[in-house]
Amino acid sequence: MVSLLKNKGWVIGFIIAAILFPFVLSNDYFLHVLTLAFIWMIAVYGLNLLAGYTGYLSLAHAGFFAIGAYSLGLLSVNTDINFWLALLLACLITSAIGAVVGLVALRTREHFFAIYTLCVGYIIYLVIDKWDSLTGGVRGLIGIESPSAIGPLTFETPLSQYYLVLFFLLFTVLIMYRIVHSLTGRTFIAIRNSEDLAQTIGISTMKNKLLVFVLSTFFASLAGALYASFIRFIGPDIGYITIIFDLLTYLIVGGIGTLAGPIVGTFLIVAVSQSLQFLQDYRMLIFGPLLTLLVIFYPRGIVGAYHDWRMKMAARKRNRPQKEQRYFEAETDESEKKIKEG
Amino acid sequence: MLELSNVSVKYGAFAAIENIDIHVGKGELVVLLGSNGAGKSTTFNAISGLQKPSEGTIAFEGSPIHGVVPDKIVQAGIVQCAEDRKLFPQMTVKENLIMGGYVHRRKRKQVHQSLEEVFELFPILHDKKDDPAGSLSGGQQQMLAIGRAIMSKPKLVLLDEPSIGLAPLIVEQMFDVIQKINKDGTTVLLAEQNAYAALKIADRGYVYESGSIVVKGTADELLSNDTVRKAYIGA
Repeated sequence: MVSLLKNKGWVIGFIIAAILFPFVLSNDYFLHVLTLAFIWMIAVYGLNLLAGYTGYLSLAHAGFFAIGAYSLGLLSVNTDINFWLALLLACLITSAIGAVVGLVALRTREHFFAIYTLCVGYIIYLVIDKWDSLTGGVRGLIGIESPSAIGPLTFETPLSQYYLVLFFLLFTVLIMYRIVHSLTGRTFIAIRNSEDLAQTIGISTMKNKLLVFVLSTFFASLAGALYASFIRFIGPDIGYITIIFDLLTYLIVGGIGTLAGPIVGTFLIVAVSQSLQFLQDYRMLIFGPLLTLLVIFYPRGIVGAYHDWRMKMAARKRNRPQKEQRYFEAETDESEKKIKEG
Repeated sequence: MLELSNVSVKYGAFAAIENIDIHVGKGELVVLLGSNGAGKSTTFNAISGLQKPSEGTIAFEGSPIHGVVPDKIVQAGIVQCAEDRKLFPQMTVKENLIMGGYVHRRKRKQVHQSLEEVFELFPILHDKKDDPAGSLSGGQQQMLAIGRAIMSKPKLVLLDEPSIGLAPLIVEQMFDVIQKINKDGTTVLLAEQNAYAALKIADRGYVYESGSIVVKGTADELLSNDTVRKAYIGA
């Protein structure tokens, strides 16, 4: 954590801003919107690990988000087990389902993988929608338990829930940072660059792809479970394909394959979306062209564009001394020539 | 050490390589000569497990390796350095090299030692160790690709056209390094179009034409072979 804080000014800025936000703007509605945004950020981080760092665009993540939410919801409504145990179980159940789906899905690549996972996501939605006796069908699931107290800490108020979700978001960012900067993270990036090349240096691509797929579903389910405990009512629509397209929009705008991208993208889209509430569904008329322009001019999103700009500056800085050296040598040669010529 | 017997790789009716027999002894430097599309890279891909042979057998140190997954083949001691200097461009030079030692990832000391050895072999890589691999020149990228290949301390390294697209001076340096790697105990199987430079450092060679081996022999025999001289050396 220390190295994360040392290297990343944006992390410190984000933590301070997030902690101080409720004191600066004590408005329950904004608190609610921001808590929801934090939950989406966790799901986007899960998607980013798979799509951004490993190059496998999964369109089933809304489904895994829904499985996490429903697992927690069902355990909470139908059993007496402790909330935190239910949260853990929800994540484990979803990860296990993710492992089974991954074993089949990861035998495909690129657009075939995207199409396959899109189908899986839709099947999950259909199962939730049609399995009335288990999920409540279109009526949904009501009365989901909110997070239970940990000692003196209770999570009944919007403010305490806000800080709880913020804690989980920071935990997610920390885990992502550790993964991305480890050999495991570089293995994922190697797979994204070229699977054949990764194999020729001894990487078991299937094993690593399955690992990242399960990790990714774990974070999607964590977000889903937090969503269920925060909203306390869930319906099948949380697994619908529009949710995955929302998550993808957040990721593309922020920067796919970047550490800060999920936070920047989600925050920006949620903020703009809130500001354009008066336009209702016509907001898409603004989002659509903006997203198209962004994909054309900055395919790596806002954070990716910033990284590219920094790299360009660093390369210019590296080349400058060489240029100056060449200029100095040329000048010296010229002077020596003049001296020799008298 | 490596034995290819009657190996063919086919795509439907088309045979990329057909009935290939290659023998590489321990400590040898063997060269595969041939023009583009002759089947050299397909042979390498078949050895490293990226392509399954349609027919024939491949054995390494007496054990069959055809049909074995590529990562297990690397663990067995065969590493391929692919054509066109494939690197991880966003990773730094050092990170690329560390990835090369992936099979020894739990032996940090060994990876560190290999890193020092590669830096000794290619001092320029040490100077640029924190630069992104994508920012290196063609010659430096080739050095990095070879450096990464030997990071896992392979018993056999497959070098696919390491001189392609490089300046003559760099090519000369590259062949010196390949010879040094071989003299240090690593067996080398080299695919090349630069026949004269390759045969100058090789023990033996095989000449490919349209997916088949048409001539084989010691480096001296091939250098004096009329077909080879006309087709690849231009004499």
